[in-house]
Amino acid sequence: MPQITVQDLSKTYRVAERRPGLIGAGRGLFSRTWREIEALKAVNFCLDRGELVGIIGPNGAGKSTLIKILCGILMPSAGTCEIDGLVPWHERIRHVARIGVVFGQRTQLWWDLPVIDSFELLRDIYRVPEARFRPAADALISLLKIEQLLHQPVRQLSLGQRMRCDIAAAMLHSPSLLFLDEPTIGLDANSKLALRDFIKNLNRDKGVTVILATHDMQDIGALAERVLIIGNGRILRDGSIAAMRAELPGERRLVIDFSEEVADVAVAGVTVLSRMGRRVEIAFDPRMTTAHAVISRLTAEHGIEELAIEEPTIEELIARFYTSHGAVEA
Amino acid sequence: MFVTLMRPYLSIFTARFLMMLQYRVAALAGIATQFWFGAIMIMALSAFYASGHGSAPITLAEAITYIWLGQAFLGLLPWNVDPEIALMMRTGNVAYERLRPVDTYCYWLARAMAWRSAATLLRAIPLLFVTTVLFEFFGLEAWSLRPPPSFAALSLFVLSMVAVVFLSSAITTLLNISVVWTVSSQGINVVTNSLVLILSGMVIPLPLFPDWTRLLLLLQPLAGLVDIPYRIYFAHLSGGDAIAGIALQISWTIFFITLGRLLMTHTMRRFQIQGG
Repeated sequence: MPQITVQDLSKTYRVAERRPGLIGAGRGLFSRTWREIEALKAVNFCLDRGELVGIIGPNGAGKSTLIKILCGILMPSAGTCEIDGLVPWHERIRHVARIGVVFGQRTQLWWDLPVIDSFELLRDIYRVPEARFRPAADALISLLKIEQLLHQPVRQLSLGQRMRCDIAAAMLHSPSLLFLDEPTIGLDANSKLALRDFIKNLNRDKGVTVILATHDMQDIGALAERVLIIGNGRILRDGSIAAMRAELPGERRLVIDFSEEVADVAVAGVTVLSRMGRRVEIAFDPRMTTAHAVISRLTAEHGIEELAIEEPTIEELIARFYTSHGAVEA
Repeated sequence: MFVTLMRPYLSIFTARFLMMLQYRVAALAGIATQFWFGAIMIMALSAFYASGHGSAPITLAEAITYIWLGQAFLGLLPWNVDPEIALMMRTGNVAYERLRPVDTYCYWLARAMAWRSAATLLRAIPLLFVTTVLFEFFGLEAWSLRPPPSFAALSLFVLSMVAVVFLSSAITTLLNISVVWTVSSQGINVVTNSLVLILSGMVIPLPLFPDWTRLLLLLQPLAGLVDIPYRIYFAHLSGGDAIAGIALQISWTIFFITLGRLLMTHTMRRFQIQGG
C-alpha cells in the first residue's frame, strides 16, 4: 500500500485585485474585485514508502502549494490525500508529528537562541523522550558536522551552517517522511554536495521517504530516481530523468578544434552554432544522423585536433520541456 | 500523562520567558519612563484633590498607590500584538507554527503569557521596591505605595493578579490571531492601545468616572485588568465581592479564550501562505 495517495487535489486561491492609481485605490475601498488563481488542478499520484521523489516546475507552478497541502498546513479546495492513513489537514497534529519539513528559505530555529536550545525546545514540542532524543540528536550532529555550531545563536550562522542545523532540526523526532523545499538554495558547492550525500544516505539507510522540491537540477540528477514535473497546476510528467532524456532526444552538440580554419562545415543534418577561430560548435539531431556519421564526414574532409560531444544538461532538457508544455510563468 | 501533555507549552513558556529576561536595558528604560509618568499623574491628581469639592470615591493616598501599582504592572496590559507573531505573519514563517504537533491556540497563549509576565516581572520588582521601601526611607511617604489593609486583601489581590495574567494573555492572543486578517499590526495596536488604557482604569481610576457609568465600566472586560484587582487591594471589594470580582475576571478570560479558539479555527481553515 502506498504511503501517500493523492487524488484529484485542487487548490484555488482568491486574491483581491488592486486597481492602479489613487482613484483605483479609492474605489477599492468600496468594491473589491476578486481573481481566482488555480494553483493546483486535479493532481493525482501515489508514493511508496522509502521513495525519493523530486518535484520540479517553473516558478508559480504549484509546487509549494502541493507541499503545504501534503504537510497539513493548507486546505485544498477539492480532492483528497491520505498519508499513512491520515488526511493531513483533518488530523494536522497527529500528521505533523510524523513528518519533517525544511523550507530552505525560512528557518525553524529560534533566531536568538543557541542551536542546541532550539533542538531541546523541539524535543519538548515533539514530546520526544530523552532516551530517544539523545542518540538521534548525537547521530545527526555528527553526520551533519555541526558540533562546533551548537552553542552559537542561529543569527550568527552562515547560510550553509544554518541549513545543516535546520535539516538536523527537522529530523530530531525521527520522522518517516521528509519534505525538503529548496534545501540547497544559496549554498556553496561543498555544502550542496554534503547535503545531497546526507539526504541520499537518509533515504537509503534509514528508509526515510523524501519529497524534494527544487529548482536545482543537479539536486534532481544526483538524488531523484523519480521526478514529478509540475506546470500550471498539473502534473505534466511522472517518471525518471533518464526516460525523459530518451524520449526527448533533442539536439546533441559537437565542439571541434580543426587543425586549420575551415570555410564551412557542410554536412547534412548539421547546424553550426558558433565559430571562434579554429573552434566550431555544431549541433545535430540524433534522430537524423549519428555522431559517428558526422565525425567520419568531418575527418574525411578536414584535419581535427580535439573533439567533444556534449549532451544537453538536465537544465536545458527541463527548460525545453517547460516551454513545449507552455508551463513557463507569464 | 499531564506533564507529557503540557510539555510543549511549558517549554515554549520557559524559553520565551528566559529570552525576555535578556531585555534588561529596555526594562531599565521602561522603569525610568514609568517613574516619570507616575510622578506626573500623581501631581495632576493631587491638584484635583486639592481643588475638588465634596467627597472623592477614593482617598488621595489610595489614588497614589493605585497609580504606582498601575505603573508597576503596566507590562501586563494587552495593548499590542506580539511583534514576533506579527513578523511571522509578514514573512510567512507562521507556516512552521502550523507544522508543530501542538494546539496552535494553546501554543500562542503560552507564548503570550511568557511575554507579558516576563516583561512585567522585570519592571514590577524594582518599581515596587523603590516606591515602598526607598520612598519611606527618603521621607517621601506622601508619594509612596501603601500596603493593602489586611493580609486577606493581599492574598485575594495576588489571586486576582494571577487572573490578570490569564485575561491579558487571552486578549493578546486574540489580537495576535487578528493579524492573520490584517497582515499589519499597526492599526490594531493603535485602537487597542487607547481602549485598554482608558477602559482598564489605567489612566483615570474607574471609580473617578461619573456615577452613571460605574456599573457598565465595572462589568466590561477590561476592568478586570486594573480596576478589579486594585479595588481588591484596597479592600473596596472584599470577601464575597472580591470573589465575585475574580469570578468576573475568570468569566471574561473564558470568553476571550473561546472567542480566540473559534477565530483561530476559522482563520486557519482559510489561511493562505504565499511564496516558497
